[in-house]
Amino acid sequence: MAPNSPFINFPNSTVHSSQVPITPLESWLPMASRAAPPPLPRRPPPRVLLLRHPHHFSLLDRPLPDGFRFLKPWESPLPLDGFLSSAEARSAEAILTSARAPVTADLLRRLPEVRLVISTSAGHNHIDLAECRRRGIAVAGAGDTKSEEVADLAVGLLIDVLRKVSASDRYVRRGLWSSEGEFALGSKLGGKRVGIVGLGRIGLEVAKRLEAFGCAISYNSRKKKPHISYPFYSNVHELATNCDVLVICCGLNEQTHHMINREVLLALGKEGVIVNIGRGPIINEKEMVQLLVQGELGGAGLDVFEKEPYVPEELLGLDNVVLSPHAAVLTPETVSNLCDLIIGNLEAFFSNKPLLSPVLDE
Amino acid sequence: MEGIGVLMTCPMFPYLEQELEQRFRLHRLWDFPSRRRFLEAHAGSIRAVVGDTKVGADAELIDALPGLEIVATFSVGLDKIDLGRCGEKGIRVTNTPDVLTDDVADIAIALMLGVLRKVCGCDAFVRSGKWKSGDFGLTAKFSGKSVGIVGLGRIGSAIAKRAEAFGCPISYCSRSEKPHVSYKYYPTAAELARHCRILVVACALTEETRRIVGREVLDALGPEGVLINVGRGAHVDEPELVAALLEGRLGGAGLDVYENEPEAAEELFPMDNVVLLPHVGSDTVETSTAMADLVVTNLEAHFAGKPLLTPVI
Repeated sequence: MAPNSPFINFPNSTVHSSQVPITPLESWLPMASRAAPPPLPRRPPPRVLLLRHPHHFSLLDRPLPDGFRFLKPWESPLPLDGFLSSAEARSAEAILTSARAPVTADLLRRLPEVRLVISTSAGHNHIDLAECRRRGIAVAGAGDTKSEEVADLAVGLLIDVLRKVSASDRYVRRGLWSSEGEFALGSKLGGKRVGIVGLGRIGLEVAKRLEAFGCAISYNSRKKKPHISYPFYSNVHELATNCDVLVICCGLNEQTHHMINREVLLALGKEGVIVNIGRGPIINEKEMVQLLVQGELGGAGLDVFEKEPYVPEELLGLDNVVLSPHAAVLTPETVSNLCDLIIGNLEAFFSNKPLLSPVLDE
Repeated sequence: MEGIGVLMTCPMFPYLEQELEQRFRLHRLWDFPSRRRFLEAHAGSIRAVVGDTKVGADAELIDALPGLEIVATFSVGLDKIDLGRCGEKGIRVTNTPDVLTDDVADIAIALMLGVLRKVCGCDAFVRSGKWKSGDFGLTAKFSGKSVGIVGLGRIGSAIAKRAEAFGCPISYCSRSEKPHVSYKYYPTAAELARHCRILVVACALTEETRRIVGREVLDALGPEGVLINVGRGAHVDEPELVAALLEGRLGGAGLDVYENEPEAAEELFPMDNVVLLPHVGSDTVETSTAMADLVVTNLEAHFAGKPLLTPVI
């Protein structure tokens, strides 16, 4: 701490000097002879349960923030279920989670002191928001730090599928260009009719990029967006019928679960390409795989799957699919912003300030 | 026109062969055990040559075809054609500009995304089953990175337009500064490389631009810099490039062209910060068809005494 910092360093927390009471009698005495202010009751550091290893911090070699006590189930000899019943776990006041560790009503029941859930995922379908609301638990999300990176990957996957980039890179590295001759022709991106499913921040960034390549953009969304000139289709089947490419940019909820099914993909057609940077379960994966294998669908660029990290075996042998390990947001900028956001939300909540990225306020 | 002898120098595109066969007397150079044997049999009857970036029309071939009137290349690049010799002999030359601009620009961006976001590496990671044991790790963000373009012609401008949609600041170098262009101009490739993160070569191959990217430019680009080449292999000092990558002095490279195609720098095969494509810049069905149509239309125009569509000389 800097010598003249307004923060006073109590052992396990920090207090701003404006919060330390100075009596009027002492205030006109020179600083050196003022009596030390009475100590504040020591507030123990808030306990935060980490449902999964905080890989955002470890990816950047960043330490977890001071001022909190992080409960780490993997360091306990008990299995997770046993750990959650321990006194230590039950003292948790906050939960830090990611998409792979759901916060269910049952979990919340077992952790009665929890007042805050922070998720590092863009979507919230893994958190029982209704239960949180019922219990007065605040929920903070990942905010809007990711739209550009996700859009970049969507475009990268699409060009790769159409122009066979990964497939021809493999071809070169296997020495086949010298021995077998030229690789197969790809398909031109310019002029393709691209249907964006879900025209939120990410969908708009995807649209902006693809327009520069000469694509014609249309979209489907829960509601038609005012001030947007792209053609709107009220259902995804009609969108697919009128497009060569579908890019899934929406969130996962009851309505969007398995929304992209066999009928929609058949409407997209034999030359059609699907790109998914939303959530795996938006697509009926089994039906999509079948159509790809049968040649009824032209190709797919996928960053998300129904049961990550498991990818259907049949896809591994196909040259017209490009597979990505849910990597859309894994850049140093986004991860660093996420770490800042996690810390910012924790500090805000426990100093009674508004959350930086609320999904649900208390 | 069925009797007009047209020589195709190498296999290019089946559709083009079919179209030429329907209209002319097509000779395929690769059907013969050697060029010499072909010339002995047919040199006198050839009035047109259709070449491409692999096999063009060099001085030796031009001189050996006394009846040659026109060379129509299935490419926009002219580096495999002896333009000087054609000029001396009054031989017309056509190429295929514009129709392939978009495809080449698309590949340039694909290479940028591929190198920075490791799209190909991620795909290999999933296919190998490694995702089950752990996540991939971080990749570099593309949006907003500065892009420097060597050669702001049709292809360079198309690359700029696309990169701008990703929020990338654009700068360029060229023979001379272009009026009415808002991008920052630098007089040399080295100066440009000092001021950008991603350098893309998109100029024509001429005597001045041969090895325009050498040690100085690569050093200026540096360990965080990325080189993208959609021009010609000869634009880059390939041994220097390979050394810079192997030694970590250059951040990454996305290559569609090489000095000695189809040999691509083998030392790069194990590296995960490169993307290696087999000269596919314009290789889509749509563009190849449009290019083929242009070749055929130019030849028909010539033999009908009409103006050429896309003459070079």
